[in-house]
Amino acid sequence: MANQSVTTESPLVRWLLILAAVGVLTLFLLLPLFAVFAEAFRRGWEVFLESLHEDAALSAIKLTLLAAGVSVPMNLLFGLSAAWLVTKFRFRGRAFLLSLIDLPFAVSPVIAGLVWVILFGARGWFGPWLAEHDIKVIFALPGIILATVFVTFPFVARELIPLMESQGSDQEEAAVTLGANGWSIFWRVTLPNIKWGLLYGVLLCNARAMGEFGAVSVVSGHIRGKTNTLPLHVEVLYNEYQFSAAFACATLLAFLALVTLGLKSLLEHFSGQKSGGGH
Amino acid sequence: MSKRRVIPGYGLTMGFSVAYLSLIILIPLAALFLTAAGLGIAEWWSILTSPRVLAAARLTFGASAAAAGVSVVFGMLVTWVLVRYRFPGKRLLDAMVDLPFALPTAVAGITLTQIYAPNGWIGGYLASFGIKAAYNSVGVFIALTFIGFPFVVRTLQPVMEDMGKEVEEAAATLGAGRWTVFWRVIFPLLVPALITGFTLAFARAIGEYGSVIFISGNLPMKTEILPLLIVVQLEQFKYEAAAVIASGMLIVSFALLFLINLLQRRLDWQNR
Repeated sequence: MANQSVTTESPLVRWLLILAAVGVLTLFLLLPLFAVFAEAFRRGWEVFLESLHEDAALSAIKLTLLAAGVSVPMNLLFGLSAAWLVTKFRFRGRAFLLSLIDLPFAVSPVIAGLVWVILFGARGWFGPWLAEHDIKVIFALPGIILATVFVTFPFVARELIPLMESQGSDQEEAAVTLGANGWSIFWRVTLPNIKWGLLYGVLLCNARAMGEFGAVSVVSGHIRGKTNTLPLHVEVLYNEYQFSAAFACATLLAFLALVTLGLKSLLEHFSGQKSGGGH
Repeated sequence: MSKRRVIPGYGLTMGFSVAYLSLIILIPLAALFLTAAGLGIAEWWSILTSPRVLAAARLTFGASAAAAGVSVVFGMLVTWVLVRYRFPGKRLLDAMVDLPFALPTAVAGITLTQIYAPNGWIGGYLASFGIKAAYNSVGVFIALTFIGFPFVVRTLQPVMEDMGKEVEEAAATLGAGRWTVFWRVIFPLLVPALITGFTLAFARAIGEYGSVIFISGNLPMKTEILPLLIVVQLEQFKYEAAAVIASGMLIVSFALLFLINLLQRRLDWQNR
């Protein structure tokens, strides 16, 4: 004991600190999470289930799945391509490209929506042309997808780049010497090495895509049953003072968050590494 | 450059990555800056310095700085306990730190409002002391602290984990008390990570929208944040004014991003 106490605190201080930290986390993180479910079930199971079976709720769920289903694969493709480019090759402008990939993290979600309104909105650059050809981007699905793609842009690339950098290119170079072509190198050599990191990136990308609010809110126009994603539907219900229904829909998103955190811990366990902060 | 590229796919990945980056990020952002610049510098400046924008900027930057500061204090406590001590439920709490990353912001927004409103669980308690924690700047601060907190923990955690105990032992051998060791030996080693965590939390808070607008009350000149002001301009189809406010925010954000990259490089170097 006497020896150990040199680099640790007395048991009393230690337990006080643990208590304080647990208190902060409980009050600040667990209580809100608990509150989502408590508010949702305040008026019983029936109201809860009813709120989820509403047509507007169902169409919001569908739209959310659709938007994530399109934008996540797009950013997955970019993530793979960008990671391959910056980890297998050295070229001029590489550092600049790396910092551009992080750029969307510094952009407010509202601005991520605004840029598309400026390009495709009724008074935007291509607005009149789009109106002439009867193409709807803003206040419609394409705008929602574009906004989602913008905010989730870096997630996959950001997980893959450090991972592939640390693994080096020796195995790929060996495969080239043995006569393998690009695709088979990717599928048979690279992909097995990066599968956990890839899943990790897709997981975070998907969570953000399904939960995105600010960017989508700017481009959606809040047309009930048409352009409301699940987070927007929650907002509409809340602003109409339908609190139980709003929180019932919010439980789906909270559940998504919990599943994401659970899978994230599991993937960290499998891959034996933890991602750095900064998402 | 002169070395021949052994691995295939350079042209394909270069072409696709640059095209995708340009179409999704660079061209849209350029359009925003061009729209803002189209008004001319005098008009640009007069919008940015109009009373309503200035009031929103004061609230946004002030509440973001306060929230990031409190996140640093709480984050240091929580990280210390998670890294140094063993106790039941530790792994669960560690995983829960990421909750604000994972929880959609709209859900965080309505839930925090419900809790901190004058008739809410915590808000009711605070109200009995005459403290109003929702529909004012305090509410904005609470939401931004919730959002920024994980950035500090996740920046600090690897640094604390990699910190050897040798220096602490050496300090103790030289007769330093535990408190002295913490402030004179451990804390200085954490400062770069703390600054990085603060900057990350601050940068995120500036642009935050979903978790704030429910709890803030959104009164013009009083509890409007900058992102909300952009939305207000858009609802009136004032694209140019929205672009001007956004361009001002982006200049600050990009400067912060640059600072974060510098700090991160220093941190990586220190951890090596």
